[in-house]
Amino acid sequence: MDTAKAVTPADDASASQEAIKVEDLHKSFGKLEVLKGVSLTAHKGDVVAIIGGSGSGKSTMLRSINFLETPSSGRITIGGELVEMHADGSPSNRRQIERIRTRLAMVFQQFNLWTHRTLLENVIEVPVHVLKVPKAQAIKRAHELLERVGLGDKADTYPAYLSGGQQQRAAIARALAVDPSVMLFDEPTSALDPELVGEVLTVIRDLAAEGRTMLLVTHEMKFAREVANHVVYLYQGCIEEQGSPAEVFGNPKSERLKQFLSSVT
Amino acid sequence: MIDFRSLMQPHRIVMMLVFIGIVVWCAFSLQWDWIPKYAPLALQGIWTTIWLLVVTVVLGFLLAVPLGLAQAVGPWYLAAPAKAFCTIIRGTPLLLQLWLLYYGLGSLFPQFPWIRSSELWPYLRQAWPYAVLALTLSYAGYEGEVMRGAFKGVAKGQLEAAKSFGMPRLTMFRRIWLPQAIRNVLPTLGGETILQLKATPLVATITVVDIYAVSSRVRSDTFIIYEPLILLAVFYILVAGLIALAFHWLEVRVLGTDRRTS
Repeated sequence: MDTAKAVTPADDASASQEAIKVEDLHKSFGKLEVLKGVSLTAHKGDVVAIIGGSGSGKSTMLRSINFLETPSSGRITIGGELVEMHADGSPSNRRQIERIRTRLAMVFQQFNLWTHRTLLENVIEVPVHVLKVPKAQAIKRAHELLERVGLGDKADTYPAYLSGGQQQRAAIARALAVDPSVMLFDEPTSALDPELVGEVLTVIRDLAAEGRTMLLVTHEMKFAREVANHVVYLYQGCIEEQGSPAEVFGNPKSERLKQFLSSVT
Repeated sequence: MIDFRSLMQPHRIVMMLVFIGIVVWCAFSLQWDWIPKYAPLALQGIWTTIWLLVVTVVLGFLLAVPLGLAQAVGPWYLAAPAKAFCTIIRGTPLLLQLWLLYYGLGSLFPQFPWIRSSELWPYLRQAWPYAVLALTLSYAGYEGEVMRGAFKGVAKGQLEAAKSFGMPRLTMFRRIWLPQAIRNVLPTLGGETILQLKATPLVATITVVDIYAVSSRVRSDTFIIYEPLILLAVFYILVAGLIALAFHWLEVRVLGTDRRTS
């Protein structure tokens, strides 16, 4: 909890409680409208699970939050700070979006560890070269983080020598190294062999337990039910239903959600 | 290291004996008495060839990086001229480029009094700046094309990860994109550098005295034809081998511990 507090601007007390606020987000790829006006608020300490079938727009929504995808329209507020956008949805203030991105840490489906650097180098890269943390301090912290995700002995190994599960855990360590106020997980276990999923989920579960704010796009329904305090079901670019895990999984109201849940469990 | 037993197979032994025979025959039947007289000049020629190669490869590569980047991701007003430059350089003979620069530019310059009176004039009157320029542009043209592919070949997720952490664009380029692009093309660059070595003799045609020019001088002075040419071939093979070794070492050092994921 204290790590999340440290990087959230405290100029506006009520807004600082809102870690992420997405308002009326639209996104089209050419003629295809992927997001049709999605709104979502995540408060500090929330674990929001975003579920939905393939093509429902859940990854696009997550990637729009840090502008890896450029929204077509809408408003995105991170930690009380509205992201300045051009009329076409691209961020208009590069310094602002770069600064905001350093507070959001993303974990990708394909891990995306930098292949030409060892795990240790991957973890210290952003602290040292973007956040300008003294190198010795960053290295010390990186060893702690790698230890924490169970890769203490792999610090000098290159990503290609590791299993998918190990790479993803290293990617989580890399994300933790920036002391993010919000962590974005984009289907973190979808590219993993079934027997490797558990080790990654264990790490994410620990992060949720310590009160980190997280948005999690996932196909692991059991896991979503267990760690999330809010679940959002997307269907064809709209939020079809949302609520507590007990409501969404235990007592789904929409027919589509019922169908979806029966098809994935 | 070399497996000694694999060298001891009959056909290998025969080939080695043939080779030794040729060397011995060359040493005793051919004429080598001119060597001491021309040795100092040859050393100068070797030095010229080597520094021409190193300087033009380094400068050419420094030019190739922006040329490749402009073509890979630049706006059209940068991509189009870069593409045009690479196409023209790759599409015309180096000899022609060299002569156009030396005889064209070189004969244009003296017509301008301000150039003749400038500090640079003592250099512009000589041939080597034109050789450096032509070879640099040539290497830049070929490697610009190579680097275009190299930049494009870096996996999108690698850059996306950097972007997602708020890494500024210049840092991303310096820390992630360029290192990965160079890794992808190190083997190609090694081959291209050997090609560049073998392009250097062309400078002899504009009066630069490289090692090839020295061998020509020996031939015209003494009418000894084969001996200088044989030595010349040995020299180029040795240097090409050294380049190959150097790049191999680089590859092992840089890439050896970094097998690429799919």
